[in-house]
Amino acid sequence: MDKDLTPLTDEEKRLFGDLMPDELEEIIQTGLNRRHFMKLIGLASAGLLAGHLLGAERAFARGVALGEIDELPAIAIENGVNVSFKVNANPTQVMVDSRMTLLDTLRERLGLTGSKKGCDHGQCGACTVIVDGQRVLSCLTLAATCQNKNILTIEGLAKGNELNPMQEAFLKHDGFQCGFCTPGQICSAVALMKEAKEGQLSYASRNVRKTAAPIILSDDEIAERMSGNICRCGAYANIVAAIKDAQTGQSVEPNWEYIA
Amino acid sequence: MRPFKFTTTNSVASASTLALQNKQAKFLAGGTNLIDLMKEDVEHPDELIDISQLSPGIKMQAGGLWLGASAKNTETANHPLVRQHFPLLSQAILAGASAQIRNMASNGGNLLQRTRCTYFYDVAMPCNKREPGSGCGALDGINRMHAIFGWSNQCVAVYPSDMAVALLALNAKIHTDKRTIAIADFHRLPGEHPEIENLLQPGEVITGIELPNNAFAAHSAYVKVRDRHSYAFALVSVAAGLQLQGTLANFKAAAELALKDARPLKHNAFKIELGKRTIVAALEQALNA
Repeated sequence: MDKDLTPLTDEEKRLFGDLMPDELEEIIQTGLNRRHFMKLIGLASAGLLAGHLLGAERAFARGVALGEIDELPAIAIENGVNVSFKVNANPTQVMVDSRMTLLDTLRERLGLTGSKKGCDHGQCGACTVIVDGQRVLSCLTLAATCQNKNILTIEGLAKGNELNPMQEAFLKHDGFQCGFCTPGQICSAVALMKEAKEGQLSYASRNVRKTAAPIILSDDEIAERMSGNICRCGAYANIVAAIKDAQTGQSVEPNWEYIA
Repeated sequence: MRPFKFTTTNSVASASTLALQNKQAKFLAGGTNLIDLMKEDVEHPDELIDISQLSPGIKMQAGGLWLGASAKNTETANHPLVRQHFPLLSQAILAGASAQIRNMASNGGNLLQRTRCTYFYDVAMPCNKREPGSGCGALDGINRMHAIFGWSNQCVAVYPSDMAVALLALNAKIHTDKRTIAIADFHRLPGEHPEIENLLQPGEVITGIELPNNAFAAHSAYVKVRDRHSYAFALVSVAAGLQLQGTLANFKAAAELALKDARPLKHNAFKIELGKRTIVAALEQALNA
């Protein structure tokens, strides 16, 4: 995988300069690697990122250079299938075992570990990616069936330092707790924006017979249309708020309050 | 998952020939059920023949609508002609699975999905459908989700498709490369051979589904009752289409009649009352649509 050499933001420079000064130059020159990333996680779990929240959020969203992924010799692959597709706009060619799912190909062969393996049985949505504009489950998609397709993963949503509006909205509304389901939730929500714009139906839709027209999604519609993405932490209320915000651009304030 | 050969082909005829040459081969369309079953070792073909692109398209034709077997569930549910003339089918498709799965699943594959009976999925358990002669784990096991109609001592599993329930109400016809089969005849009751689930012969390929014109579009409803609000299989589901002719129908009597022959198992007697109420609810919803 190519190293992410997007220039550090000012917040990130301040973060690494304050907390990992010895590594700052290396990070600027060669990008964030796994060692830096683990150190960042250590600092986070020790509660030392409090003064650097914005920089840390950006840094965590960055791609991490994993080092070279060895190409497997063809002889090691039974029933090999040669597949060419685009992953996040990068033309990619890979020889896979016919059994290999798109999820395993992304994670184990292409170093794109953002898409998560939750259940591996199509029940949780953590592996959701966008193929030719449509959200699908990469755990139930054979890589062999992806010839000439365009695959968009969580790693491909941001443009450099500019997060996708849905990523921004999830950060703003705290649309996660542990974060494991988040890449799938966000990919699903990004595709949902297109579906709503096209006036696609859901089981919650009324007036099925009406001609398709763009839909502003209600809470019920979002819940129904996002039901393929399970969140074990139960961050659903915040996920719904994030999606509403991303769709309308209007901030949705929490509808609860603390009572002393 | 066991090793298998991945085969592509560019016509239904050659797909059929390839399948006849290898009895252990299976057709692959959306894969949402088959790949999962292969991971569980319930299905273990040694070859997959990719037919996912072979029968696309949705179009109006004389007497009704044609749905290509390869057309995806999402495309079908949202197609302007389906929305306008067969809203019941749109609703039923949208009641099933999740957006991601409907984007992958094909119309032909939806018809051929296997039961989600947990005894069928668990290869450590007996199951006559998976392994003929091994017995039925669900008959005296946990059978809350199972059948109240049509079951035999060999199998009490239910068929999971929502789409097919609507297709039955709509009198759909299943077209294969060899013949046309009425939807009511297409799936078999388990009887003595639960492993045989439909009338398809080796090498036979579903090419499309025909929906004859009807007068239900203005008054139809698909109502599905399940353990959670969305993304779950049905406990009870009802596809209702009404053609109104002036006199008031007795929905309760219709519901009683529909459930007259129900035979509950140990854990699912609740489905009889639930079924009756769901029928009344679906008919009222259709009436007021």
